[in-house]
Amino acid sequence: MKPRVAVFKFASCDGCQLQFLNAEDELLVLTQEVDLVSFPEARSRELRGPYDISFVEGSITTPQDARRIIKVRADSRALITIGACATAGGIQALRNWASIEDYKRIVYPSPEFISTLSTSTPISEHVRVDFEIWGCPIDKRQLLAVIRSLLSGARPALPTHSVCMECKRSGAVCVAVAQGEPCLGPVTRAGCGAICPNVHRGCYGCFGPSDDPNMPSFAALLRQHGLSRDEAVRRLRGINGYVRPLRDTSDAIEQGDE
Amino acid sequence: MPSSKATSRTIHVSALTRVEGEGALHLAVEAGKVVDLRFEIFEPPRFFEALLRGRHAAEAPDIAARICGICPVAYQMSAAHAFERLFHVQIDPAVRALRRLFYCGEWMESHALHIHMLAAPDFLGCESIVTLAEKERPAVERGLRLKQVGNAIIALLGGRSVHPVGACIGGFTRVPRPAELAALRERLARAHDDAVACVRWVAGFDLPDRHLDIEFVALRHPSEYPMNEGRVVSSKGIDCAQEEFDDCFEEHQVPHSNALHAKVKGRGPYFLGPLARMNLNFDRLGPEVAALARATGISFPSANPYTSIIVRALELVYAVAEAMRIIDAYEPPPAPSAPFRPRAGIGRAITEAPRGMLYQMYETDERGIIRSARIVPPTSQNQAQMEADLRDLAPGLLRRSQAEATRLCETAIRNYDPCISCATHFLKLDIVER
Repeated sequence: MKPRVAVFKFASCDGCQLQFLNAEDELLVLTQEVDLVSFPEARSRELRGPYDISFVEGSITTPQDARRIIKVRADSRALITIGACATAGGIQALRNWASIEDYKRIVYPSPEFISTLSTSTPISEHVRVDFEIWGCPIDKRQLLAVIRSLLSGARPALPTHSVCMECKRSGAVCVAVAQGEPCLGPVTRAGCGAICPNVHRGCYGCFGPSDDPNMPSFAALLRQHGLSRDEAVRRLRGINGYVRPLRDTSDAIEQGDE
Repeated sequence: MPSSKATSRTIHVSALTRVEGEGALHLAVEAGKVVDLRFEIFEPPRFFEALLRGRHAAEAPDIAARICGICPVAYQMSAAHAFERLFHVQIDPAVRALRRLFYCGEWMESHALHIHMLAAPDFLGCESIVTLAEKERPAVERGLRLKQVGNAIIALLGGRSVHPVGACIGGFTRVPRPAELAALRERLARAHDDAVACVRWVAGFDLPDRHLDIEFVALRHPSEYPMNEGRVVSSKGIDCAQEEFDDCFEEHQVPHSNALHAKVKGRGPYFLGPLARMNLNFDRLGPEVAALARATGISFPSANPYTSIIVRALELVYAVAEAMRIIDAYEPPPAPSAPFRPRAGIGRAITEAPRGMLYQMYETDERGIIRSARIVPPTSQNQAQMEADLRDLAPGLLRRSQAEATRLCETAIRNYDPCISCATHFLKLDIVER
């Protein structure tokens, strides 16, 4: 029997699950090898679990979703998060530094109709996660590599070194050195192909932190680039801002103990 | 919803699929008449308008893009234009042309996705692209090729197709070399044949014949088919500047939805997207696409929402041809972007996302820090019209089986290509007969 694969969505933009559909050349081959039993964006059929592999997009932001993810976990042999929202809380985790009541009032004339949690949190804060694919959005080649590994019974593995290594190999000119850009490459996980330096701008960290980033040294570097405290905090509090090393560093800068 | 077995029938149908986001439809019927209809959007709110506060203008295009993974270019373009208007930034004509090329890429990607993966299965009795591919493999492969070329355009200008990184206030961080565009030009020539074949394919579908009284709204530009610029016009007489959007349209909250509803002030729902654009800009299509459009047998303006799928295919042809025209005329601009100096004030802009007008408004302080933001996505504007459409459809649903009623509702909703992530994907259909 073909492996049963499901895709679930929580608070997100749909961009990571779109990467399945963006695998144009591989998509029709993939559908021969696995049984996509639940993928609401792409098919009407939705079958019940158990699932061999569940891909989860999006963060947990509502009481209903906090309950739903527990059911998804129970139904899944392997649960893989796809993207910054599911893996780190996403850009919507900026609410974690704000008052949700203020946020509701800013967006909705009648905030009382809105049911939401005060935080946006990654899936791993709620249930056990077997593997995380980082990126905003995830990279299609990384997604396919992980599926390949899972189908062959191997443990998925993706690079955890920094964008700098990838950037050098791509032959791009260092934008931090040449343009004085506050590039997050030194502390950001590889996987995107160093696309930002290749279009002449600094990395903004959409693949999350690399393995063991030297955050104190990086914080000092940001300030040497002339960023004010506010600017340095904003630079770190982006797409993956709520994940530990970035969160701790931005909080420290904000409180003035860099 | 209250219902008792003796006097009512509840039809419960599973989720709305093959759209982008989460929604549900509740329908209550009394003596064959619809007494209550609610199209609910459950998509959890992400509060973009709140989290943008305190961020710098330069960060807004990348943040706003995260609202939607299907149409990030639209979010980046409306944001960039709003700040450029506010900061009085002049855009080089070659950069302007590249932005249009960028948008052609997104229209191609989004339309090819919607036609082949989301909508076509409805009209060919298939449950998804997976089953469609078993039946109509060449058409599906053609659609995937078209989508790929659209993605390639976005990736060339922006580094990747989902949440591209190259667009900024003032232009791009890097512009392509003519040789890079030449490689794309060859793929576009084949894409043109594919797009024309796609029009003929969808024009052969057996589409329902339903005509509705609809107010169509789109941008209109003095000489071009609208993408980044133009006045706001409607089929019932609106003609206003983009800055006057709030004078003509209003948003209101309804208890049953996390997305705000919109309507024409003093009137009612309105319809955005490809069909609106084509109805209001047919004379801007150019002879080739206009001739193809006439050959489909539809007379424009068309008030049949189901013709949307054909219009999307026609816009695919337009986008491919326009992309080739832009590449042929391309000369690299002197600089990839124009510099900007922030100032305090309010900037507004509307651009034509694949699924219709996307309005954004930002207020900044003198350092360019955002004080307030407003983002009105096309799907939330279309929501009231979707309800009106379903209300019209509802009486005919009662005699149908559960599965058939759902299919009819879903097909009708998919005409709007709702990106519910934007506004805010599941439709649960409850029909209660009292």
